[in-house]
Amino acid sequence: MVLSKRARFLLRLFVVIGLALIYIPLLVVLVNSVNPSRTFGWPPSGITFVWWQKAIDSQGMLTALWTSVKAGLGATAVALVLGSMAAFAVARFRFFGREAVSLFVILPIALPGVITGIALNNAFLSILGPFGGHLGLATVIVGHATFCIVVVYNNVLARLRRTGTSLEEASADLGARPVQTFRLVTLPAVRSALFAGGLLAFALSFDEIIVTTFTAGPGIQTLPVWIFGNLFRPNQAPVVNVVAAALIVVSFLPVWLAQRLGGGGTAGGRL
Amino acid sequence: MSVAASRPRAKAIGRPRLRLLGLLSLPGLWLVVAYLGSLAAMFATAFWTTDDFTGNIVRTFTTTNFSTLIHESVYWHIALRSLGVAAAVTVVDACIAFPIAFYMAKVARPRVRQAMVVLVLTPLWASYLVKAYAWRVMLGDNGVIGWALRPIGLHGPGYGLLATTITLAYLWLPYMILPIYAGLERVPDSLLEASSDLGASAGRTLRSIVLPLAYPAIVAGSIFTFSLSLGDYIAVKIVGGASQLFANVIYDNVITADNLPFAAAAATFPVVVMVVYLVLVRRTGALDNL
Amino acid sequence: MNRKRVLAVLAATSLFALVGCGSASGTGGSGPGGRATPPNEKMLTALGSGEGQVNVIAWAGYAEDGSDDPTVDWVHPFESQTGCKVNVKIANTSDEMVQLMHTGQYDVVSASGDATLRLVYGGDVAPVNTSLVPNYATIFSFLKDRAWNSVKVNGKTQMYGIPHGWGANLLMWNSKTVTPAPTSWGAVFDANSPYKGKVTAYDSPIYIADAALYLMKTQPALGIKDPYSLDQKQFDAAVALLKTQRTLVGEYWSDYTKEVQAFESGTSVIGTTWQVIANLIQGDKKADVEAIVPTEGSTGWSDTWMISSKSQHPNCAYMWMNWIVSPKVNAEVANWFGEAPAQELACQQPDMASVCQTYHAADQAYSNDIWYWTTPTTDCLDGRTNVKCVPYSQWTQAWTEIKG
Repeated sequence: MVLSKRARFLLRLFVVIGLALIYIPLLVVLVNSVNPSRTFGWPPSGITFVWWQKAIDSQGMLTALWTSVKAGLGATAVALVLGSMAAFAVARFRFFGREAVSLFVILPIALPGVITGIALNNAFLSILGPFGGHLGLATVIVGHATFCIVVVYNNVLARLRRTGTSLEEASADLGARPVQTFRLVTLPAVRSALFAGGLLAFALSFDEIIVTTFTAGPGIQTLPVWIFGNLFRPNQAPVVNVVAAALIVVSFLPVWLAQRLGGGGTAGGRL
Repeated sequence: MSVAASRPRAKAIGRPRLRLLGLLSLPGLWLVVAYLGSLAAMFATAFWTTDDFTGNIVRTFTTTNFSTLIHESVYWHIALRSLGVAAAVTVVDACIAFPIAFYMAKVARPRVRQAMVVLVLTPLWASYLVKAYAWRVMLGDNGVIGWALRPIGLHGPGYGLLATTITLAYLWLPYMILPIYAGLERVPDSLLEASSDLGASAGRTLRSIVLPLAYPAIVAGSIFTFSLSLGDYIAVKIVGGASQLFANVIYDNVITADNLPFAAAAATFPVVVMVVYLVLVRRTGALDNL
Repeated sequence: MNRKRVLAVLAATSLFALVGCGSASGTGGSGPGGRATPPNEKMLTALGSGEGQVNVIAWAGYAEDGSDDPTVDWVHPFESQTGCKVNVKIANTSDEMVQLMHTGQYDVVSASGDATLRLVYGGDVAPVNTSLVPNYATIFSFLKDRAWNSVKVNGKTQMYGIPHGWGANLLMWNSKTVTPAPTSWGAVFDANSPYKGKVTAYDSPIYIADAALYLMKTQPALGIKDPYSLDQKQFDAAVALLKTQRTLVGEYWSDYTKEVQAFESGTSVIGTTWQVIANLIQGDKKADVEAIVPTEGSTGWSDTWMISSKSQHPNCAYMWMNWIVSPKVNAEVANWFGEAPAQELACQQPDMASVCQTYHAADQAYSNDIWYWTTPTTDCLDGRTNVKCVPYSQWTQAWTEIKG
């Protein structure tokens, strides 16, 4: 498409301003993590790393971080399995209700989190309650996995549609068993889609607060739950900023990795 | 007889059906039975009430919850307000996201494109709560926005619905950029070249070729921004001042009032809205554009 | 195949619908005042060894573990002494506490008067065996066997909790911005207030009682005798007052830290508060605040530790209750939060004499003057039989309407 010089310039300007707007609040977070003022008075009066030190020492935060990682890994694992299974079914077979599958899969993420949370909480307590069961990390993983499935499903489905069945058919014609075909032909083709989908699923689970509030047991605090409890506390809010700043800085790596491994296309992941 | 010819072909009749069942069983169990089942169980309680004093659920069929929702005007106000905020957020996000996504997909060089995808995705990893709180600080009396506007004699919007819309639009922007970018990527460059070869201006190409082709992707992005805004009760508590949105009604009735039946009845509103939205949107093919 | 699938879905959903769709199921009576007796929940008869964990629902400031102030910590000493790891859930309102207790996931709760009887009659808490709590003996006697923490069954009074402490809701203001210093609740109800947009109020339906209390003193013609006992006319007047106040309110608060942040950043300059919030702001020195009980008097709370009927860690629960009302710890809580301790011996702890003086810990008359949070019921709490009073469920509906 041929854009006039003026149009190109305006577009570039818009993009730069847009990106700047996206990153200004994040920069505010980064600056506030070294801001001596506890109520984030602006402009900051100096630079201090005392909050970073407090963050590293904060037992509550570290426990919450570890819980979030565990929950994220669990939810991602479940989502990878279930999402891929559904994607394979839809991509490779024709059956009644095939179009409805997309609808069912997207429902957990399309419906407001508060509704998913309440429904799951109600179900868990009704079913586990009589058996003396209780909410805990497992229920959090179940809740997260439910809305993470769609992310993996979309990525794998798009990849399967793009790669087509010709390679798999050729493999079968040459005598490979289904398991061999899957392992040697299909899996390498969808591997990067799985990675991108899994990464996005982990990100969704890691930052989730609403469903977690309803499905976590008394002793379970994921990082967002911990942040929520400390967001307004004057002594802890700076530590929260440090955590957020650290997450921003650290997350560049996996996102960039996903891009590199994906190699072109929407390798950044589809939602 | 060669070995290959004696092996049964993988596509034997009957086997694929079994494999299909196997593939669908687990996700089906999880999503259809467990998830939809728990939703159904929750909505079943909408026809019950709670005991006035203890708050325990009374299992007698009644439609008082729904009649309260319909007859009390405050719930209509809140519902319309929430729809308005969700729509505003969607429109704002679409307007900001489209040029950015277009640049990423069609104008930027490959390395710039890669960098931009990383730049757009990274904010998703910064905690939602912290971003909302950063806006609270920025929009506050002593915040960045007030500090920047004071020299011109203006003051910031303060906390309220405008602040909520700005914050929500900010939070969900990546969810709009990504699908549009994916959709625009699929528009072949050759089409655009052909269009300009035939003499169409850039604006005409945009209007007649790009936008119609990108439309399903925009709609796909709107599913996220609309539903996430409709269901949000936290951001409005952080930057919304004294306002409340419909999700707050649901949350307050479950947590504060311990009135699950009423909350479930109220929850039918966003669910109906989203299901209708999804069904309408299926026709545009947006569900394949996520 | 499709028909089978539809049938399967239907079967699954109806299975869910049948298996107690609502997790909260009650078998108890409907309330106090000559109502049915509470459900028969088992009372612990002997204390065993700790289970290693206790899940606590507490008001802010009741279960400090050093994260607010490293010197303020009575959770870790408890953990090392008893081996019971404490998981604290801070609840913002009484309603939240009732809801959390319904889930059956918690062991103890510090319930205010507007939650206690709901929990008792809902079957969520068990009677307390006070002989298993040695420190109970020295609790101020005027806090024992009261209407909100005990029930008369067959002529015998059964305690349902261990008193913790009590206090009043206060009016707080930013002393630099709000001049002259207010003395009446009128400062937050005045439609022409100069602080429009910076007033704050407690985000719970029980706050309607605060408006009723103000009307009780300023509009005697309405005939309000008890702010929790409102007939429809009195209730509508209170709601109208609150709708006027809504135009003044910048933010409502239920999370105490949010009010701290709001006052420190200047978002709020006047409103209702708890002493602990004023203490935190004064300690931070980011804003100058004062807090008083205005001339009209105040609503308040008298808190009781109660044990869940579904408690999975009853021994640790009893140990916690004994710990929190022990002289040293009860004194620490009272000092940190800013309330009157229930434990008489707490006032004999070092530096506690002035605290007990400030909060009138031993003054029963003063204590009786506070309008403690109580659950409004259809049967009027002030004894009127010629009218029906507005029950709490309608207070919650009205609260949504007030916020608009």
